[in-house]
Amino acid sequence: MVIIMDKKLEPIVKDLQDKFNVTYEEHRGEVHCFVKPEQIVEALTLLRDKHQFELLSALTAVDYYPQNNPRFHVIYQLTSLEKIAFIQLRVPVNGDNPKVPTGTGVYDTCNWRERELMDMFGIEFENHPDPRRILMPEGTEGHPLRKDFPLGYEEPQFTFNFEDIDVRKPYAKE
Amino acid sequence: MTQIQEVSIDQFKHLVSERAIRGETMLLNMGPQHPSTHGVLRLILELDGETVVNCISDIGYLHTGIEKNMEAKTYQKAEVMTDRLDYMNTMGNNLAYVMAVEKLVDVDVPVRAQALRVILVELQRIASHLVWLGAFGLDLAAMSVFLYCFRERERILDIFEMVSGQRMMTTYIRPGGLWRDVPVEFEKAVRDFVNMFHKRVDEYERLMTRNPIFIDRLVGIGYLDKKTALSYGVTGPTLRASGVNWDIRKATPYLGYEQYDFNVPVSDDCDTYARYIVRIQELRESLKIIEQAMNKLPLGPVRSENRKFVPPPRSEIGVSMESLIHHFKLWTEGFLAPKGSIYNAVESPRGELGVFLESDGGPKPYRVHMRTPSFDNLAVLPEITKGHLVADLVAILASIDIVLGDIDR
Repeated sequence: MVIIMDKKLEPIVKDLQDKFNVTYEEHRGEVHCFVKPEQIVEALTLLRDKHQFELLSALTAVDYYPQNNPRFHVIYQLTSLEKIAFIQLRVPVNGDNPKVPTGTGVYDTCNWRERELMDMFGIEFENHPDPRRILMPEGTEGHPLRKDFPLGYEEPQFTFNFEDIDVRKPYAKE
Repeated sequence: MTQIQEVSIDQFKHLVSERAIRGETMLLNMGPQHPSTHGVLRLILELDGETVVNCISDIGYLHTGIEKNMEAKTYQKAEVMTDRLDYMNTMGNNLAYVMAVEKLVDVDVPVRAQALRVILVELQRIASHLVWLGAFGLDLAAMSVFLYCFRERERILDIFEMVSGQRMMTTYIRPGGLWRDVPVEFEKAVRDFVNMFHKRVDEYERLMTRNPIFIDRLVGIGYLDKKTALSYGVTGPTLRASGVNWDIRKATPYLGYEQYDFNVPVSDDCDTYARYIVRIQELRESLKIIEQAMNKLPLGPVRSENRKFVPPPRSEIGVSMESLIHHFKLWTEGFLAPKGSIYNAVESPRGELGVFLESDGGPKPYRVHMRTPSFDNLAVLPEITKGHLVADLVAILASIDIVLGDIDR
């Protein structure tokens, strides 16, 4: 039994529940469906082809460090222009070896958005056609948006400690 | 700190054609310092003569870690970062973020604040389209349009300076309303601008719309069909020029957009010229909205009375102990947002500007994600430039209206 405020979404969530056994929650009028990683491509295909969710509005992730299982939620925010309906799919991912199958076959926008998540969270998207970093330069260590990645800062230099800090301050190499 | 590696052809091997590896086509670097890339965008072009075989975008030169920085600030202070995202649409960014926060904590906004927000955001839309129009003309070697557009944009920035004290980084729209009410000169300034601007749009159109050189360069260039556009997540005027009638202001009206009578320009031509026409028409539609909003601008407060989330006015602090406490708590600790996550999208001049906010119940956002329209709009560039000349690539890139601050965040 699916009871949702937005009646347009009820048959859609029901369909997802029948096919993929998803759980759902409602928060401030938004519906979040929890999908297993191995089923996400099928779920996206179903939503796009059967329920007219033509637009993948946002693809992002949240890091719940230090919790490890699941550590990440990969979030797919879908929009249906036809029905003016919005649905969110959440894929919980393990922290040890985060892997999600790529959605590039379903939505082309997954290409860059998944590269961004690879870059920022270190979540691997299997069979991605172009697995390079997108925002950070090649050769960067770590994944900046993870919660265990420190928020960096530059030490302020004053006259009394200018020399000390200058020694350990990273400058662009020749 | 590790040494930053140099980029070599090996990294792009899977993206270029066989002929590039054999040396039959040329790989040419366009940018990051190139006037036609509208900022620091690097395009790696595979060229056969002057024809673009392939185009690889390299972004990230303006990456400032805004999403990470926002996690370390309270909800009110994080708003300042949103100005720096899309520096052509500061009011719109403020609005997108503030509306997300309001949805998260459930604050009502007074009607006067909503109407003023509409006026300011539509003015910002005009300013953003003016910069686009000027730069678009400049890329097609029409210098005078650029000067005219910036002359009018200056008037809008003057209005922003009048209300917020800043020309660009305004942070004027705050959670629960506005920073303060607009000054008395505001109404006259906006009315003067609206009256003047009708004629100015006609002037731009006389310079460009029927210009034979302009039409020759644009019609049929950069064909972006509906299906590709949707699959790539393209939104805003670029999507509407591909024949999709999708405007968030109409689909899920916010700020009382349903009260205003305006059209959503749509074109089925799908080319660079269609994108130009749609944006020019949007200038007129925005003017219509501003006029209507000015005519029925209600009186009343511009800030919510909910003191748990919105600071009290300065005049109350001297006479009320509670106000003093609220003020102190809000500017030191900030407010506590209930646990949960929300996604809220508004229509920016470039498309769907969505804000994803996740709260863990504390005074700082646990995770902020800005779904910026330029990012997805740029991703479609390789699809629509293949087979065109380099000079056309410049026109196509200008027509999708990217802002690099919006892409790299």
